[in-house]
Amino acid sequence: MVNDNLVDNIVSEPYKYGFVTEIESEKISKGINEDIIRLISSKKNEPEYLLNFRLNAFKKWQAMEEPDWADLGYEAIDYQDIIYYSAPKQQEKITSLDEVDPKLLETFDKLGIPLTEQKRLTNVAVDAVFDSVSIATTFKEQLAEHGVIFCSISEAIKDHSDLIEKYLGSVIPASDNYFAALNSAVFSDGSFVYIPKNVTCPMDLSSYFRINSGDSGQFERTLIIAEEASSVSYLEGCTAPMFDTNTLHAAVVELIALDDASIKYSTVQNWYAGNEQGVGGIFNFVTKRGKCIGKRSKISWSQVETGSAITWKYPSCILLGEESVGEFYSVALTNNLQQADTGTKMIHIGPKTKSTIVSKGISAGKSSNSYRGLVKIGSKAKGARNYSQCDSMLIGDKAAANTFPYIQSQQSNSEVEHEASTCRISEDQLFYLQSRGIEFEEAVSMMVSGFCRDVFNQLPMEFAAEADKLLSLKLEGSVG
Amino acid sequence: MKSKKETKKPLLEIHDLFASTENLTILKGVNITINPGEIHAIMGRNGCGKSTLSKIIAGHPSYEITGGKIKLSGTDIEPLEPEERAQAGIFLGFQYPIEIPGVSNLEFLRVATNARRKFLNKEELDTFEFEDLVKEKLEIVKMEPTFLDRSINQGFSGGEKKRNEILQMALLEPKIAILDETDSGLDIDALRIVASGIKKIANENSGIILITHYQRLLDEIKPDFVHVMANGKIIKTGNSELALELEKNGYEWTDKFIDKT
Repeated sequence: MVNDNLVDNIVSEPYKYGFVTEIESEKISKGINEDIIRLISSKKNEPEYLLNFRLNAFKKWQAMEEPDWADLGYEAIDYQDIIYYSAPKQQEKITSLDEVDPKLLETFDKLGIPLTEQKRLTNVAVDAVFDSVSIATTFKEQLAEHGVIFCSISEAIKDHSDLIEKYLGSVIPASDNYFAALNSAVFSDGSFVYIPKNVTCPMDLSSYFRINSGDSGQFERTLIIAEEASSVSYLEGCTAPMFDTNTLHAAVVELIALDDASIKYSTVQNWYAGNEQGVGGIFNFVTKRGKCIGKRSKISWSQVETGSAITWKYPSCILLGEESVGEFYSVALTNNLQQADTGTKMIHIGPKTKSTIVSKGISAGKSSNSYRGLVKIGSKAKGARNYSQCDSMLIGDKAAANTFPYIQSQQSNSEVEHEASTCRISEDQLFYLQSRGIEFEEAVSMMVSGFCRDVFNQLPMEFAAEADKLLSLKLEGSVG
Repeated sequence: MKSKKETKKPLLEIHDLFASTENLTILKGVNITINPGEIHAIMGRNGCGKSTLSKIIAGHPSYEITGGKIKLSGTDIEPLEPEERAQAGIFLGFQYPIEIPGVSNLEFLRVATNARRKFLNKEELDTFEFEDLVKEKLEIVKMEPTFLDRSINQGFSGGEKKRNEILQMALLEPKIAILDETDSGLDIDALRIVASGIKKIANENSGIILITHYQRLLDEIKPDFVHVMANGKIIKTGNSELALELEKNGYEWTDKFIDKT
């Protein structure tokens, strides 16, 4: 047991992405109603079908109730007190990066995501989303040579309406849940990816989401389609300034994998988490789901969740195609008064489908961290297999960890294996490392990284290093 | 005039040391002085305070010094954190080395070695330089390099754990190494490997404390001094002959030396 006085003093490293960009933005009035939705749609010059998609979602949302089954406690969200559209003021039509407000470029520079041609990352194409709009997408032309479409979803709605009409909402219908319905009604921007048949995307694609405005919600929507025998690795990063109010983030991500296609989706979520007293921070209610439609298709989710005051997120896989594969690798770290209820759903429908779940929850401070996962084996999923491993690590004695595994099987010829463990960093382990000259905090971070290694190994290389660093930063001072 | 043979300053001085844990006094006035190049053995029954003494020197947070002093090369170490003591050259070989899942042995050894090197104002070693160094040291304890890829002590046999301790000692080059029952749980072959490792590391500038129950380790490594501990104190000190006498007569024979007051 770690001494009480060792863990009492819980302070997080100051959040280094907490700055606000002073930029004039165009905001619509607060609140949500049919007119607001029409306004958003018209601001974006959307085709009729999309307006209908939104209005239909809004109707469904109005008839729904906010879910309360998660192990989360927070003050009720006033949906009429949120601004649903906020965009930095800039020229109507931007044709090149030179026309983007330098302040915006500077913002992304500061976040470590340079967008200009001289400085941009050479091996990753980036779609940068600032509040409600996509600012820029790099390497578009180079990707287009391979037939890969990578653009903001707003552009896709205009230029690739056939794909949007076919797939938008096909994995997560508006009626799916409260937050998905809200997103479907008001989503402002997000990323769109299309990988044509037999193409291995020549570079990693990534979206960087930045919330800047304090009173507007962010509702982005991402759609990734991988055609037969194609593959793509997609990375997502998020940060927000420090405000003492809570900001709602309700995103929807849909992935579609056809025969032999594979999508790897990695997230490092570092939204502002609120201060040590639990004031402020992002409310993160996200619906992410992939559909393995094709035979032998594969969807792999990896996430490192370190931010947000509230996290409600269950990246899932619907395993439809024969021998399709779903994976979920997650590290969720909570500190101070953060609350996370996160996990996955693996829905096995096709025969010989396989899924792997590795979840590592780390709770420090007075935080609460729950894993909630469903493994469902349908009646036709003969020979389906699942392996789940859910480990929790407690740092100090005021944090809580819970595991809620749900297993439903309608097929006797299937295998579901579940392992769970809870550990506490013991004083003896810390003393052992210290007695070899390793500083206390480094000892803690070594043990935490060690605990997360199975998941970090699944992340793209640059991301793994970043995630490791991020965890150490987040935990700095949390045990000392 | 300077004497021809420079008098060496003591490495470790333990003076009238009292210590307790959870309000229980365990050490009741321990005195030991260790000079460079000396090997001391501390023997005694279970519960006599041998392991506590070693943990106190290393700075275990569960124990509290309630009286007396511990000095390393003349400096009081009480205010130092365990990691600072280690960096300054105190090494504790654990009786039960701790398993740390997920943390690679290699990475651990490298971070520890660099922490010590940094203290000594030596350049820190990068991954490649360290691998060369560690391969050299592996020979001392006859370990395979595959050992390095495993998590710290996880799934190691008793002998492997102890050899890993000696490997750490070899890398850290401590001023004072306290080896707490490093011989326990070892078969004869493993004991020989461990003992010959310790002998290879021992040098005229450092001191070693062997805490043990058995003569067989002392057959391999001949101590300069043997201390018998009972009831939180050192009740008798002698040379290596004393250990042989103990082996012959048992601890009961030493009971007469216990100060009953």
